[in-house]
Amino acid sequence: MTVNDIKQILDCEVITGEPYLSQEVHTACGSDMMSDVLAYVKEQAVLLTGLVNPQVIRTADMMDMLCIVFVRSKRPDEDMIKLADARGIALMTTSHRMFTACGLLWENGLRGGSEVK
Amino acid sequence: MSNIRLHYDIDGDDFTRAGEASAAVKKHLRQLGVSPNVIRKVAIALYEGEINMVIHAHGGVIDVEISPEGVELVLADQGPGIPDIAKAMQEGWSTAPDEVRSLGFGAGMGLPNMKKNSDDMKVETTLGVGTTVTMRVNMD
Repeated sequence: MTVNDIKQILDCEVITGEPYLSQEVHTACGSDMMSDVLAYVKEQAVLLTGLVNPQVIRTADMMDMLCIVFVRSKRPDEDMIKLADARGIALMTTSHRMFTACGLLWENGLRGGSEVK
Repeated sequence: MSNIRLHYDIDGDDFTRAGEASAAVKKHLRQLGVSPNVIRKVAIALYEGEINMVIHAHGGVIDVEISPEGVELVLADQGPGIPDIAKAMQEGWSTAPDEVRSLGFGAGMGLPNMKKNSDDMKVETTLGVGTTVTMRVNMD
């Protein structure tokens, strides 16, 4: 699945990072707790969150994530957008709620990064 | 190759900038061609520590030494100290206030995450004086 596929599935608006839409995404993580993102996600690529502050971008950067999807139509501010641009991370927003957004991606074959094998 | 030493002063008043030192260290390691696995471990351990310093200790200093054998991270603060380290090491145990939780931290994963991502971790703490966390991540 690519970032662009996620955009289509979740009917996202791209806030920044159009050049990254063709990148391949292997796993997803949905959380508002950044420490949980840092603890549990391994081969991650996209973060779904309802949290909007610069630490969301920094967390994604530490984990080498490609893309952040803000749920429930939340929008990052200009400083966050600048930070994401500097770190090469795409930002998108969807009107879906977290549960639904994760469910739609799962239904389309995307998996979490830390399932019990 | 001589060892590379990096030093950062962490501002305890600006949560939005917390994590900048970690990002800078990550960039250094990438430029040095360090393996992605080691970079990720250092990035996570240091970022959690940096956030902790801002949340709990009003900032502090971070010293990093990169050698061919590994990366040593020393985080020193003059905060309140940790009353019960054993509890603080338990996943899910946190003393962070609600305002910190609303920022996405304070889930009680900070120290456990730091331990998990380092090959060796030492916590020295004195109540009312401060805490120094020393972590080592070995090269692959």
